[in-house]
Amino acid sequence: MLSRTWSSIARVGPQALAGSNVVSARQYSITAPRPLEIAQKLKVTIIPGDGVGPELIYCVQDIVKQTGIPLEFEEVFLSEVHYTRSSSIENAVESIGRNNHVALKGAIEESAVLHTEGELQGLNMRLRRSLDLFANLVHIKTIDGIKTRHGKKLDFVIVREQTEGEYSSLEHQLVPGVIECLKISTKPKCERIAKYAFDYATKTGRKKVTAVHKANIMKLGDGLFLRTCEEVAKQYPKIQFESMIIDNTCMQLVSKPEQFDVMVMPNLYGNIIDNLAAGLVGGAGVVPGQSVGRDFVIFEPGSRHSFQEAMGRSIANPTAMILCAANMLNHLHLDDWGNALRKSVNDVIEEGKVRTRDLGGYATTIQFADAVIDKFRI
Amino acid sequence: MLAKCLKKACQVPSSLGQQIIAQRAASTGEVRRVTLIPGDGIGPEISQSVQQIFEAAGAPIAWDPVDVTPVKGRDGVFRIPSRCIELMHQNKVGLKGPLETPIGKGHRSLNLAVRKEFNLYANVRPCRSLEGHKTLYDNVDVVTIRENTEGEYSGIEHEIVNGVVQSIKLITETASRNVASFAFEYARQNGRKCVTAVHKANIMRMSDGLFLSICREQAALYPDIKFKEAYLDTVCLNMVQDPSQYDVLVMPNLYGDILSDLCAGLVGGLGVTPSGNIGKDAAVFESVHGTAPDIAGQDKANPTALLLSAVMMLRYMNLTDHARRIEKAVFDAIADGRCKTGDLGGSGTCSTFTQDVCNRVKDL
Amino acid sequence: MLSKLTTSARVAVRHGSAASAIRTHKIPGQRLPLAKYGGRHTVTALPGDGIGPEMIEHIRKIFSFCHVPVNFEEVQVSSSLVGVNDLEAALLAIERNGVAIKGNIETKHDDPSFKSRNVELRSRLDLYANILHCVTIPTVPSRHKDIDVVLIRENTEGEYSGLEHETVPGIVESIKIVTREKIERIARMAFEYATLNGRKKITAVHKANIQKLGDGLFLKVIRDMSEEYKNIKFESMIVDNASMQLVSRPQQFDVMVMPNLYGNIISNIACGLVGGPGLVSGMNIGSKYAVFETGTRNTGTSLAGKDLANPTAFIRASIDMLRYLDCHYHANLISDALWKTLVEQRVHTRDLGGQHSASDVVNCTLQNVEKIMEAER
Repeated sequence: MLSRTWSSIARVGPQALAGSNVVSARQYSITAPRPLEIAQKLKVTIIPGDGVGPELIYCVQDIVKQTGIPLEFEEVFLSEVHYTRSSSIENAVESIGRNNHVALKGAIEESAVLHTEGELQGLNMRLRRSLDLFANLVHIKTIDGIKTRHGKKLDFVIVREQTEGEYSSLEHQLVPGVIECLKISTKPKCERIAKYAFDYATKTGRKKVTAVHKANIMKLGDGLFLRTCEEVAKQYPKIQFESMIIDNTCMQLVSKPEQFDVMVMPNLYGNIIDNLAAGLVGGAGVVPGQSVGRDFVIFEPGSRHSFQEAMGRSIANPTAMILCAANMLNHLHLDDWGNALRKSVNDVIEEGKVRTRDLGGYATTIQFADAVIDKFRI
Repeated sequence: MLAKCLKKACQVPSSLGQQIIAQRAASTGEVRRVTLIPGDGIGPEISQSVQQIFEAAGAPIAWDPVDVTPVKGRDGVFRIPSRCIELMHQNKVGLKGPLETPIGKGHRSLNLAVRKEFNLYANVRPCRSLEGHKTLYDNVDVVTIRENTEGEYSGIEHEIVNGVVQSIKLITETASRNVASFAFEYARQNGRKCVTAVHKANIMRMSDGLFLSICREQAALYPDIKFKEAYLDTVCLNMVQDPSQYDVLVMPNLYGDILSDLCAGLVGGLGVTPSGNIGKDAAVFESVHGTAPDIAGQDKANPTALLLSAVMMLRYMNLTDHARRIEKAVFDAIADGRCKTGDLGGSGTCSTFTQDVCNRVKDL
Repeated sequence: MLSKLTTSARVAVRHGSAASAIRTHKIPGQRLPLAKYGGRHTVTALPGDGIGPEMIEHIRKIFSFCHVPVNFEEVQVSSSLVGVNDLEAALLAIERNGVAIKGNIETKHDDPSFKSRNVELRSRLDLYANILHCVTIPTVPSRHKDIDVVLIRENTEGEYSGLEHETVPGIVESIKIVTREKIERIARMAFEYATLNGRKKITAVHKANIQKLGDGLFLKVIRDMSEEYKNIKFESMIVDNASMQLVSRPQQFDVMVMPNLYGNIISNIACGLVGGPGLVSGMNIGSKYAVFETGTRNTGTSLAGKDLANPTAFIRASIDMLRYLDCHYHANLISDALWKTLVEQRVHTRDLGGQHSASDVVNCTLQNVEKIMEAER
C-alpha cells in the first residue's frame, strides 16, 4: 500500500524534477512534520549531593519540566555526611551507564570523619576513580550583569587532571610526626590530559593552550608533565602552546586574566586555579564545570563547595547548576535547547531584576528559576 | 666583639617562637652589621638606594657587601663563595637583592644554600595595598607565612619506571610546629588579630591533617589571637573577591608559594612586596622580583620592594622606631606620587625617588 | 493504512533476520578510542570533492537524530587546494582522533608529480586493509541474487606504491614490492575476520603462475597461515579466472583476500554486481587508525549539488564506523532503518531506477529510526 503511494509520487516526479522542491514538499506532507530533531527524550542521572546541591538540582528539574526540554531524570543519592542513607558507588556507576553516560551532580561534602578505617579517599574521589573521570573542565566566562573588579570580558577554560598527582591519598606516617604524601605522575595520564585540552581547543575553536606547572622546582614530576604537553602540542600546529609557572599564573590571573584561553594543569594546581578564576567572575555560584572520562561525563558546578550554611534557606545562586544543565544539553547534541537555556539565564542576570544574595539581591533560588522559565524561548 | 655579643644573644635559651625576642638583647644603640648581597641586574642600584635612605634615617646599620657570583671549586663544581656563608654566620642577618637564576648550571642556588645552612623555615610576605598605586584591590592587608623547608618542594623525586615519576611531599611535626608558632608569635608582635591556617586536609587527610592539628595545638597557646581554618580552594576563591577577610595566613610550602604570589598580584606585583626568610637564629630579607636586565643601569628601577624588605629587617632587629620612620617616608613618597618610578605609573627615577624618601625621612 | 503497514514492518525488522544482511560485520582487533571523552567520540570528517560535502551533512543529520555519541571535526581537503598543508592538517587530525569518515578526493591525472591524496593518506596512516562487504539488497535491481562476499584487499604496497621512473626516454619502469610482513598482517586480518563472523571459506586471488616470486610469496604465506584456521576452508584462484567466476557465479565466493591491484579490480566488479557504486561502503583499517569511505571511491562530481546521489554507501560507511567505534546499538539501529527504507518502502534514487532524491532516503530512514525506537520502548 505504501509502495503504491510512493510510486504515485514517483509518477509526479519527472515533471516536478525541474523544481525538486515540489517533490520534497510532497514527501514531507506524507512523512509527518517533526517538531523535534531527535527521536525521543533522553535520560540522565542526577546526584543531588549535600548542602544546597539538592535545592539546585531540583531547581533545574523544575526548569526542565516547565520548559519542555526533552530530558528525563533518574536520581541517585550519594553522601558522605549522611552515609547511612547513601547509595553505593556501584549503583551510581550503573545508573550513569544506563542513562547516556551522563550525570548532573551537586557537590558532595568531604566528611572529615573517616567512616571506614584506613580509607583515605573521599566519596568524590572514589566516584571519579570508578568512572575514570580524568579531566575536570571549568569554563570561566563573565556574564553581563555581574559586576567584577576588573571589568574585563573573560572567556577561558581550565582543564585539570584529577586522577593522579597530590590528591591521590597516598599518604603514610614514616615515624611519628613525619608524614609522607606521594605525588605520582605518569606519562600516559599526562598525555591524555594534554590531548584532551588540545582536542577541546580544536573542537571549540580556541587558539591557545597554556600549560601550568612548577617544573623549575619539581624537575622530574612536573617536568614530565611539561615535556609531554610540548610533545602533544606538536600534533596541533594550529593551536599556540605556551607554559607558565603556577605562582606566576596566579599573579597574572589577578592582574591580566584576559590573556588566557585554554589552561591545562595537574591536579593540585587545577584546584587552586579553578577557585581563583571562579572568584574573578562572580564566585562559586556562577561557574559551571564538568568532569570528563573516556566513557562518562558528570556536569557539576565549577567550584565544588557544598555551601552547607545556606542549606534549606533558598538563597543559593542556581546559575552554575543551570549552566551545567545547558552544557549537558549541548553535550547530548540538543544544541537548540542548550543555547536557549543559556540565553535565558544570561538574560535574567543581565536584566538584573532578579538577583540572588551573592550578586547583591534578595531573590530566592526559586524566584531565580522562575525568572529563567519566564525568559525561556525556543 | 660585636660578633661575640651577637652570638651570646643567640645563645640565650630561646623557647620556640621567641627567637625574635632574643634579638632584643642586643638592640640598644649599638651599630649592627648586616650582610648585603646587592644582586644582579638592577640589584646594585636599588641596594645603593636602600643604603642612602638608611644613612639619611640614621639607622644604626653597617653594611658588609658581599659578592655571591659562584666560583668553581677544586672539584669543578660551581658553588657559592664561602665568604658569604662566613659573613652570614657572623652577622646572622642579611639583605639580598635580586639574583640571576642559574638555569641548568647545576649549582645550588644561594637561596637554597642559605636556607639549608641556617634552617630558615618561615617565609613571610606582608602584602599591603599602597596608597598612590591604584590596583583593582585597594583593601588588601594580608601577611602570608609559608613553611619553607619541606612539603612538595623538598626535591625528593625519582622515576620509578620509565614514564612514572614519584614526588614526595614530606610533612613533619617539628617543621609544622616551627612555622605555626612563628605565625602566632608574628601576629602577636605585629598587632594582628587573626591567623588562618590554609590546608587541604579534606583530601590530604594525613599530611595536611598533621599540619592542621599542629596549628590547632599552637592556637591554644595564643588565646589572644583568633584562629581560623580554611580550605586552600576556598581561600583562593575568596581572596580574589574580598581579600579584606584575611589577616595572617599560615600554610605549607607549595600553597604558600602560590598564595604569596597571588597576594602580591593583588597589590601591584612583586615590585612592591617585601619578603623575609626567618629561621631560628638567622634571617635573610630580600626582594623577590626579577633582575630586570633590560633596564639595569638606566636609573629606572623601583627600589620599593627591597626598601620594604629592609624595613622588615629593622623590625626583626627590633629597631622599630627607624622602621616606622622609613616605612612612613616610603609610603608617603608613593602616595604623593611626584617621584614614584615608571612601573608605578610615575615619572621619577630611582635616584629622584631615593632623594625624595631621604628628604622625607629627615623631616620626620 | 500507513500505520498498519508499519506495524507489520516493525515486526519484520526486529524479528526477521533479513535486515541483518546488510549489518556491518564485526571487526577484528582490540581498539582503544583515541578521542573519546564522556562517552562521545570525536571523528574527523573529510568531505572531499563532489558529492562528499552533502553526504557528510546527511550523516550529521542522521547522527544527531539518533543521538549517536559522535562529534565531527571537519577538515577540508580537496584537489583544488594546491598546498600540502591541508593534507598534513588532515593527517594530523586523523592521528589525533584515530577515526575518519571521508568523501573521495579527486586526483589530477595530468600532472605526474601530483601524488594521489587518497593513496598518500592510506600509506601515511598505514591503513593496510581495505574491507568491502558486497551483498545484494533484495529490491535493488541486479542480475545476480544472493551475493554475499567480503573483499579484503592489501592497501599499502604492490603496484600502487607509486614507484615509477623513466630509465631512458621511452622506457618506464614501474616497481611492485611485496613483503612477507605486510602479507602476513593482511592474511591475519582476513582469517580473523572470517572466524569472528562465522564465515566458511577464504579465497586468495593472485597471479602466481606469471609473477612466480611476488604473488608466489603472497600465496605461500596465506596458505601457510590457513593451517592455523582449521574451520575455514582455503582455496586460491588466479585473478583472471576470479573475475570471470565473479560475473558468472558470484555466489560461490565468501571471503576473498588479494593484493592491491587485483583488489581494486575485483572490488569494482563486485560492487557493480550488487547494484552500483552508490550502495557499497569500504573500510580502511590499520593497526592504529581507520578511515571509512564509499566502496568504489568515486567523487560523483556530475551529481554534486543536485540531491540525486545515492546516500546509501555513505550511510553504510557511517554504520561501519559506528561498528568500529563499538557503538553497536546505533550501528544496528541505523542499518535496520536503512534496510527498511530500501527494501520495504523501496525508496530508491535514480541510480537504482527510482525517482527519489537523496533527502527522501535520509528522511525515510529517520522515520524508521523513530519507529524502531518507539517499538523498543
